[in-house]
Amino acid sequence: MLTVSTGNNAVAAAVRQANPAVVAAYPITPQTEIVEQIANYVTNGSLKSKYIPVESEHSAMAACIGASITGVRTFTATSSHGLLYMHEMVNWAAGARLPIVMANVNRALGPGWNVWAEHTDALQARDTGWLQVYVSTVQEAYDATLMAFRIAEDRRVYLPVMINLDGFALSHISQQLEESPAGDFIPPLVLDHAIQTDAPAGYGCMTSSADYFRIRYDIERSMRDSVQVIKETEEAFAQTFGRKYSWTEEYRCEDADVLILAMGTLGKEAEVAVDILRNEGVKAGSMRVRWIRPFPELNLGNRELVVIDRNYSFGFGGILATSIRAKTGKECYNVIAGLGGQEVTYHDIAGFVRDRRIGEEFWFGVDA
Amino acid sequence: MYEIRLHSRGGQGGVTAAKLIALASFRDGKYATAAPFYGAERRGAPIISFIRIDDKPIKVYSQIHNPDLIVVLDPSILDLVNVFEGLKPDGKVLINAPDIPKKAEGYQVQHVDLTGIALKTNLVVAGSPILNTPVIGALAKMGLFSRESAAAAIKEMFSDERNLKAALMAYEELV
Amino acid sequence: MTLSIKLSLFIIAYKRVQIVMSGTSASEYIWKCTSACAGCSSSLILRHVLKAAGPDTVLVVPACCTSVLQGVWPNTSFNIPVYNVAFAAAAAVASGMAAAFESMGKNTNVIAYAGDGGTVDIGIQALSGALERGTNFLYICYDNEAYGNTGMQRSGSTPLGARTTTTPGGKTHVKKDLDRIIAAHHLPYMATACSAYPQDLVKKVEKALSIKGPKFMHILAPCPPGWRYDASQTIEVGKMAVKTGIWAMYEREYDSLTLSGPTKAAMIKPAPLEDYLKMQGRFSSITEDTIRVIRGEIERNLRHLKAEAEGTC
Repeated sequence: MLTVSTGNNAVAAAVRQANPAVVAAYPITPQTEIVEQIANYVTNGSLKSKYIPVESEHSAMAACIGASITGVRTFTATSSHGLLYMHEMVNWAAGARLPIVMANVNRALGPGWNVWAEHTDALQARDTGWLQVYVSTVQEAYDATLMAFRIAEDRRVYLPVMINLDGFALSHISQQLEESPAGDFIPPLVLDHAIQTDAPAGYGCMTSSADYFRIRYDIERSMRDSVQVIKETEEAFAQTFGRKYSWTEEYRCEDADVLILAMGTLGKEAEVAVDILRNEGVKAGSMRVRWIRPFPELNLGNRELVVIDRNYSFGFGGILATSIRAKTGKECYNVIAGLGGQEVTYHDIAGFVRDRRIGEEFWFGVDA
Repeated sequence: MYEIRLHSRGGQGGVTAAKLIALASFRDGKYATAAPFYGAERRGAPIISFIRIDDKPIKVYSQIHNPDLIVVLDPSILDLVNVFEGLKPDGKVLINAPDIPKKAEGYQVQHVDLTGIALKTNLVVAGSPILNTPVIGALAKMGLFSRESAAAAIKEMFSDERNLKAALMAYEELV
Repeated sequence: MTLSIKLSLFIIAYKRVQIVMSGTSASEYIWKCTSACAGCSSSLILRHVLKAAGPDTVLVVPACCTSVLQGVWPNTSFNIPVYNVAFAAAAAVASGMAAAFESMGKNTNVIAYAGDGGTVDIGIQALSGALERGTNFLYICYDNEAYGNTGMQRSGSTPLGARTTTTPGGKTHVKKDLDRIIAAHHLPYMATACSAYPQDLVKKVEKALSIKGPKFMHILAPCPPGWRYDASQTIEVGKMAVKTGIWAMYEREYDSLTLSGPTKAAMIKPAPLEDYLKMQGRFSSITEDTIRVIRGEIERNLRHLKAEAEGTC
């Protein structure tokens, strides 16, 4: 069904298709419409989930963990400080190998209080064992949510998946949405290690130093195996629904001399900058990075890189840029822009490319 | 790409008006995005919504600085905010008012008394006249989208018939 | 009218003499440029709390409507130091601050000022800990019975039958009895109050701040956008809450309960509960059965409070 929807409502609509048994969530701007819409669906009977309005985000993830280990499908959503407040349990969910799906509406961290888009919140969770994907349109928010359940619940993965959408810039805007019915795209969940009273086992008990590292290695092995699962799922999605997704979204990259790399809506607006630059004779291309964990193989070639980070790791650098350098050895022009919802237009992005100085870091609005 | 900036006060339905514009454009076969710009979100505070309409997918998320059309749902905002800032030289203005306010003189202004229409059709909720569906009628008359698409969008979002009635009145009464 | 009277009236009008409510200070600490909604109880409550507390006061404010009321950097509309903190942390931050002032020998009032969400739900762990440790501070919970700042989602303090954005069919669980949870900590002072009775509120704050140790106040804060009534009716709605007995006003000093005047009156002749419910859009779909349950709860609560006040339980 073709309609117009906000990013938040698209996530809620996809969750309704996935039909989780339990949704436990706590409100935080700008995620609130996701949980409100789910509450509406439950009240009007179009979604049969048990909705638990928990008293904090830590409890939201804890409740999802409690539900998930019984073998049922679960979902939650949060943002910024909520994600930080549940950080202990976010770690726990991955360590417990639970296929929980969570939508995170990217928002800056206080103090001062700022409710607008920034990616630092989710990127601070990049070490936890969660898979993470960043979307840039309302349709992609819907599609990525459907795929997230299938990826998380694959036996080769059994790891939780976070879908990231820019606070206000995507969560609250209305765009076209094809609300494709999931059909049997998401197979029923079979959790091999679910609690069974007729086959009792202890979960997460004391583990000695002689054994603990093996559990952690197992997580990484599944994270590596998830690369294949993500690829298969995105291909199956393209076959079933006709919409193609991959590790990145490339725009006019084939003959490009310089690439703009970014995540989220900035990565989409960069395409407009590319068109402007091309008209000036600059062979620019845009490579919007979607998956941050597992970190993808990027098709960078010999091009110059302008990496826009809507985040920062203090004392180190922009997280996408430094990740690229760590993985490939390639230097880039690292632009720090969009923090706390700072306005960044396609004109600004074109300017970053024109003014690029490879190897340098440029704080938009601060540096000259 | 056609860019619209809509000025209203919190609680007047400006955000929904933006969605309706997007939906009507969409039903006309166009691409459209509607984005509310939230400052301090509270009833009565001036707020802005950005709407973009185009024949191809819209990839711009940043604010509209040079709108083609400015819509003012509450004329008292003219005293608080320079709603005309950045308006394109050939840009148009639509104001909810029975007459053209002094501050709007010199611009290409069209106006319609949306508040009056809302009161006449009893389109009032919790004491506030509903302006977001009537304004769609006025915008259809201005050629933003077809009358049919406007009606379809209103019917999709609202079951109460007074909404369509008020929109049709605004269509007729636009000056 | 004699010339001298005319002259006095002229001088009064010219100087714009401030009309000050008896029993309250003339000083203002909340200026007329907050971002509050029209009819907001929180700014009304805080205005009077600060009149009672005076300038040697620091507010600790977690995420709540009051975080937004202050305004946007670099300005603030509060003429008092305000430490804005994370949602769950108000009472814990206040504990640290109180200990620090004590170590410096300062008597600065530490007042945690939080909404119901930040008190009853996400903030209750820190609050209970701070009270149990005998922290020298005043914790004020202004209760608009929902998560106001994020758009009126249900909290543990939302009453039975109330519609919120996450209880679109009306809440199916009863309002958490925060006051008896607090009472179980056996504080030197706790009180309930309402934004519609500012003089009573001021007296209670003054009393609280004259005592050393942990103090708690729970203040009903009718909220026009959340409860769905016209912004001009905030005082009327608050008064009706007290008159029906659905909101009881009293003080506890350790285990000794004193009922406040308006609640004593409500116990003798309570106003019909329907008169309160019908003022608010959030109760527009409440059923007769639910009303009966609420009425039963009110009667039970008032009975208990009466017995406690009389020392018979």
